[in-house]
Amino acid sequence: MELTGAEIVTRCLAEEGVEFVFGYPGGAVLNIYDEIFKQNSFKHVLVRHEQAAVHAADAFARASGKVGVALVTSGPGATNAVTGIATAYMDSIPVVILSGQVPTAAIGLDAFQEVDAVGITRPCVKHNFLVKDVRDLAATIKKAFHIAATGRPGPVLVDIPKDVTSHKTEFAYPDSVSMRSYNPVLKGHSGQIKKAAQMLLEAKRPMIYTGGGVVLGNASEQVTELAKLLHYPVTNTLMGLGGYPATDRQFLGMLGMHGTYEANMAMQHCDVLLAVGARFDDRVIGNPAHFAREQRRIVHIDVDPSSISKRVKVDVPIVGDVQQVLDEMLKLLKASKEKPDEAALNTWWTQIELWRSRNCLKYNRDSEIIKPQFVVEKLWEITKGDAIVTSDVGQHQMWAAQFYKFDKPRRWLNSGGLGTMGVGLPYAMGAQLAHPDAAIACITGESSIQMCIQELSTCKQYRLPVKIVNLNNRYMGMVRQWQEFFYGSRYAESYMESLPDFVKLAEAYGHVGMKIEKTADVEAALKEAFSPAMKERLVFMDFITDQTENVFPMVEGGKGLSEMILAEEL
Amino acid sequence: MRHIISLLMENEAGALSRVAGLFSARGYNIESLTVAPTEDATLSRMTIVTVGSEDVIEQIIKQLNKLVDVVKVLDLTEGSHIERELMLVKVRAAGKEREELKRMADIFRGRIIDVADLSYTIELTGTGTKLDAFLEAIDESVILETVRTGASGIGRGDRILKV
Repeated sequence: MELTGAEIVTRCLAEEGVEFVFGYPGGAVLNIYDEIFKQNSFKHVLVRHEQAAVHAADAFARASGKVGVALVTSGPGATNAVTGIATAYMDSIPVVILSGQVPTAAIGLDAFQEVDAVGITRPCVKHNFLVKDVRDLAATIKKAFHIAATGRPGPVLVDIPKDVTSHKTEFAYPDSVSMRSYNPVLKGHSGQIKKAAQMLLEAKRPMIYTGGGVVLGNASEQVTELAKLLHYPVTNTLMGLGGYPATDRQFLGMLGMHGTYEANMAMQHCDVLLAVGARFDDRVIGNPAHFAREQRRIVHIDVDPSSISKRVKVDVPIVGDVQQVLDEMLKLLKASKEKPDEAALNTWWTQIELWRSRNCLKYNRDSEIIKPQFVVEKLWEITKGDAIVTSDVGQHQMWAAQFYKFDKPRRWLNSGGLGTMGVGLPYAMGAQLAHPDAAIACITGESSIQMCIQELSTCKQYRLPVKIVNLNNRYMGMVRQWQEFFYGSRYAESYMESLPDFVKLAEAYGHVGMKIEKTADVEAALKEAFSPAMKERLVFMDFITDQTENVFPMVEGGKGLSEMILAEEL
Repeated sequence: MRHIISLLMENEAGALSRVAGLFSARGYNIESLTVAPTEDATLSRMTIVTVGSEDVIEQIIKQLNKLVDVVKVLDLTEGSHIERELMLVKVRAAGKEREELKRMADIFRGRIIDVADLSYTIELTGTGTKLDAFLEAIDESVILETVRTGASGIGRGDRILKV
């Protein structure tokens, strides 16, 4: 039987087992929306702005490990989606974005709501397609899901002109995809893996450094097993948190610009470094020349060859799926008669404990004014470390990363690569839909939350009981911190004047609002928000925090990883 | 160093802009870029001449391979290869200039492919350096117009780029 393009779209999504489509209707996608109305294999979630549709789809993917799906109309629908797409691209998140397009005959004629969506998104997608013939539609959607989810994942956009959604053709969904131009390497080179295992065993000062690739590649079990087997220290990047249990003694905390003293020092001074699914980016190792001053041998496992030797030369590159490669490496290590050098390892751990004893994350716990770190610590306690935490971008993001100890992967959703303010709330929506029974906390700030505040309405419509932890310091905190350190405390445009009354705002959207102004009230507020009485409610907690608190340690841009500014040095 | 990168890619709309966009987005140099379909109409072959350090060239090749439409990439300059470029030069040719330009074209094994009352159009093939040398050899003031294709390249002997 012949189906219209619009029917084919919904049938393809059903075939892919899609549960939620996050979207916003408009002229070019009306045929598709009409088919969505008639089907019940997936649920459509109506957001209030297309940016949030892509963010929510992205978060659904991060939290569930499945491909997220967003649907937007042509023109402004597509351009509004771009920030969401770029965010997913920078963090390698599998998302399929379907965008409407003006009819094929109108393309290029500056039609109403026409933009070159394929052109605009080209630099921030893994791949994109313009479907000009309805006969190509099903195969293209199949390819889009395949490309998004395999290899190094990423967003894929499929642009569908309106006439293609009304044209008819026979529908057959392909079982598999075969593309001569796209075959990601998954199995690592055995010789290289052997060399790497040997190098690990020879280490005197070993270090394991893992990133978002371990979370995306579902390899945290392997990383944990490997670290435990060898008793080597582990650090995670911002994107990699949860890849290794944060409450474990072998975990040195996050590394990088706001990483812990012990993680950064160990990273700088190790003699053998195992990097897994991480990319040595500027926020992680700081100045690459400074990093290279210390001699160390590096093993780098990544599914994307272009991530290897991009900023830092490595000795043993291994291209492959991190889980498969680590499995093979574990097998070798377990079978090996050689064991790590225990004496050297003890010396190394002694050094690390010395660094750890600097207690680089300490802050004033006796303050009457609420310290943001305290709120995050209490949140961790009250949720028993078991919440899925989303964050926006800025100081609160760093405090969340430093003080909420993630023991499991896919519990920490934030925009690490692009650093998109506004993701927190839509991320919480996507996470809540992926895990309806989980406690979802959105740690945000008064500046970030306002960038997608309209989604409070979506949360009401779909009864998403997320808990918003607003660390309200009346500043764009991270901007203010840089201005204090590097611009002579000239706080140019970083003060948020005319803030709304967030309690009333939450109530206006039909939610529960709380304002917490004293340290003594923090625990009670959090307990109430996460109590069974609030199980079905969105609670917006507006914590009035210390305006002058800064994030430490800090590696200034362009400086070396071990050149940290610590709190007590100021 | 100068490198000649050959690649085979799916002959799809927008494929060229993916490559061009990659070079501009990541700040790589393009000296020249040529593209045309191959004997297999579903494939296009592209020759890119670029300049960069070994690290940059390594990244360029990895990034090109990462493009979903790209089937194969080869750095021709890594082995023995042949490079050719086509140039058409229109020169003012009147009076005794005609004899002189004909001689120069012959020396460079060029061909005169259009003869008009006051001009010749000379076709010349060779490496970029040879074409440059021709332009230097003739009197600059007679050059009316030049057009060059950019380099195409192919490996020698059994160095073959094929799907």
